[in-house]
Amino acid sequence: MNLIAKPSKENFKTYVPIGLFLISLSILDVFVNAFFNFNLMAFLPSQLSYFLPLILGFIGFYLIRIEFSGVHSLDILNKNINSNNFNALLTLLTIFIIIKSIPPMLDWFILEANFIGNSKDDCTGDGACWVFIKVWFNRFMYGLYPDAEQWRINTAFLILFAVVGVSFFVSEKFKKYFVLFLVFVFPFLGIKLISGGSFGLEYVESAAWGGLSLTFIISAFAILFCFPIGVILALGRRSSLPAIKYISIGFIELWRGVPLITVLFMSAVMFPMFLPDGTFIDKLIRVLIAITLFEAAYMAEVVRGGLQALPKGQYEAAKSLGMGYWRMNALIILPQALKLVIPGIANTLLALVKDTPLIFVVGLMELAGMIGLAKTNPKWLGMAMEGYVFAGLVFWIICYAMSRYSQNLEKKLSTER
Amino acid sequence: MIFKKFNIENKKTRDLIPQAITVLALLSVIIYFATNAQINMGNRGISFGFGFLNQEASFDITFSMIEYDGSHSYGRAFLVGLLNTILVSAIGIFFATIMGVIVGISRLSDNYLIAKVAEWYVEIFRNIPLILQIFFWYFAALRALPLPENGISFYDISFLTIKGWYVPKFIWTNFNVFLLSVIAALIAIYFINFYATKQREQFGKQIPSTTISIATLILIPLITFLFLGVSLTFEYPVLKQLSPTVFTYAGGVSIIPELIALALALSMYTATFIAENVRAGILGVSKGQKEAAASIGLNKNQILKLVVMPQALRIIIPPTTNQYLNLTKNSSLAAAIAYPDIVLVFAGTALMQTGRAIEIISITMLTYLTLSISISIFMNWYNKKMAIKEK
Repeated sequence: MNLIAKPSKENFKTYVPIGLFLISLSILDVFVNAFFNFNLMAFLPSQLSYFLPLILGFIGFYLIRIEFSGVHSLDILNKNINSNNFNALLTLLTIFIIIKSIPPMLDWFILEANFIGNSKDDCTGDGACWVFIKVWFNRFMYGLYPDAEQWRINTAFLILFAVVGVSFFVSEKFKKYFVLFLVFVFPFLGIKLISGGSFGLEYVESAAWGGLSLTFIISAFAILFCFPIGVILALGRRSSLPAIKYISIGFIELWRGVPLITVLFMSAVMFPMFLPDGTFIDKLIRVLIAITLFEAAYMAEVVRGGLQALPKGQYEAAKSLGMGYWRMNALIILPQALKLVIPGIANTLLALVKDTPLIFVVGLMELAGMIGLAKTNPKWLGMAMEGYVFAGLVFWIICYAMSRYSQNLEKKLSTER
Repeated sequence: MIFKKFNIENKKTRDLIPQAITVLALLSVIIYFATNAQINMGNRGISFGFGFLNQEASFDITFSMIEYDGSHSYGRAFLVGLLNTILVSAIGIFFATIMGVIVGISRLSDNYLIAKVAEWYVEIFRNIPLILQIFFWYFAALRALPLPENGISFYDISFLTIKGWYVPKFIWTNFNVFLLSVIAALIAIYFINFYATKQREQFGKQIPSTTISIATLILIPLITFLFLGVSLTFEYPVLKQLSPTVFTYAGGVSIIPELIALALALSMYTATFIAENVRAGILGVSKGQKEAAASIGLNKNQILKLVVMPQALRIIIPPTTNQYLNLTKNSSLAAAIAYPDIVLVFAGTALMQTGRAIEIISITMLTYLTLSISISIFMNWYNKKMAIKEK
């Protein structure tokens, strides 16, 4: 007995409309249920009405699964989301879950959320209290940095963006001066501008720094320093001189074997014990040293991967031209090796940026730390969700942009062979 | 005479100089730090030593897998922290592997929607700092759970509340017999597989070793239940009123929210990296292998099991080992939400109380080094087992 013929080109005209109707009906049911809280199939027993959209959609997908139907869009649809029963089920479930989760998200983020006001009392809706972010925004960006002096942080970052922006448009000849300025002059100029203490600028101690700007400052400096140290360690690990090789291996493996949080603890409580009595090194600098050395060990392993991937002929060719060790590495080996490991370098730098919130263990507060501070403020209790969603979004944008940039860079620098 | 040997033109001598400089520099830094540490400790009247490990710790730990209270020693507190670290890492590794494999395979699914959802899962959770995810689960998501009196009930045997997840407690009688039977079953499985491999390689006989192994693993422990007096009962959590407004659950095991948040965040974060490894591994098996397997008449499951997976695993395992190591190290973020792991208990509370920074930080770091090295030794062994065997 074969009541229902297998879907094929012959019964195309009857099956496809019925199938599409059933699918639309099932999606409509879930949609209406999710957005308007109204159950189309309420007249059925509750268990049945719960599973009915799934069953209807499943039958619908079965009916439209016609091989080589001749209709281009239907073929594409079948190939991509409806290739067999299992895939049809997965497709339906995915669509239902997405539809079901949109209204509560939309409500919380926008429709029921509160945007206007200055205090927690203004948040009367059920959704997010974005007033919290608005009121604390300044603190989230600048930490406890005095309001009147914040122009200094802005200026520093503006100069950075301006120089980077201009360097895109100048000719190759001047580009290297811009890079040299950015690497060797600007970091120290910027830090002087932010910390002050001379040129009539008021001194702002590093304990007051914080928020997103501190995230950027720490990331920028750690990236700047960890890169050369990592390259040197990688070369050291590949060295033929046993003492240098084993010291490098020991150093790299030591840092890679321990979590960053213990390294930060060490810089906070153990490191002062190693200094002469009375010497005081700023907390921020200690943290920077710790993060830099930690990430340099990871960077070293990435660079080593690139060095190992280079064929021996490159070394031999460089040597046969009479180049010494340093000239060979700087001009022949490293440019090729680094290009090979751009994804790895980008991942290490991403990890570095994502690790910066850990500095809370020594009492420095960047973005995540400031949110922790704000949510424990008696006037703003219960704002953890808003705070962490905001911080997550900010970090996500930064990290996603970085990973996208590295993918583009990789494509741009890849030399066809 | 001696100057002649010290000729700069001589390669050996030339190599010696940079090495000697490096070693000397390193030594002088170490000596400088050591003398300073000695002077500083002398000034503060503390001496270097590990005797404090036997002293009474006199602080409580909220969650412990072994018996512990304030009267136990610092050494015992260290052990509690270490076990908690291992516990959360093991849970995290377990779930991260499962989720990572599912997401990784989903990314290669021919279902467009599934592949896209998996891709966005990876893009979202990989690019948010782990610490923020932990904070989110702990401070935002888990705090939204109901109070004990209206906890979310799972068939009345398990309850999810703001104070944690209450699950039934296993009460064993003759647990040792059961454990022995499991070990016996594992040994039996080892020999069955050994025998099956030999039969296959020598005589080309196919023995369904997987089915037999699973049957053995179920049957032997089952026998102990039926004949050797092993039994298992459950103690269910029951709602109890402490005062008119305060409720709690008595009995059962309480899984603290810190552990849930940490395990959730660790596994969801690490799963994204494992998913990428799995995807790269499967993509790394060349198409020709699948086509060759199909052309000798293997079916789709056999192709996946016998041809694709063994080769993909070779690509997947080394980077996944690194992810397991990372997860173990990342479990130290527990300190941020007061889950009593080794960092919080030992490098936090114990350090504050004793002030022995050098000893405690060194012990903590050495512990992590040991954990890292033991995981990498185990995975290297496994990797070697999976590597191409040339005959």
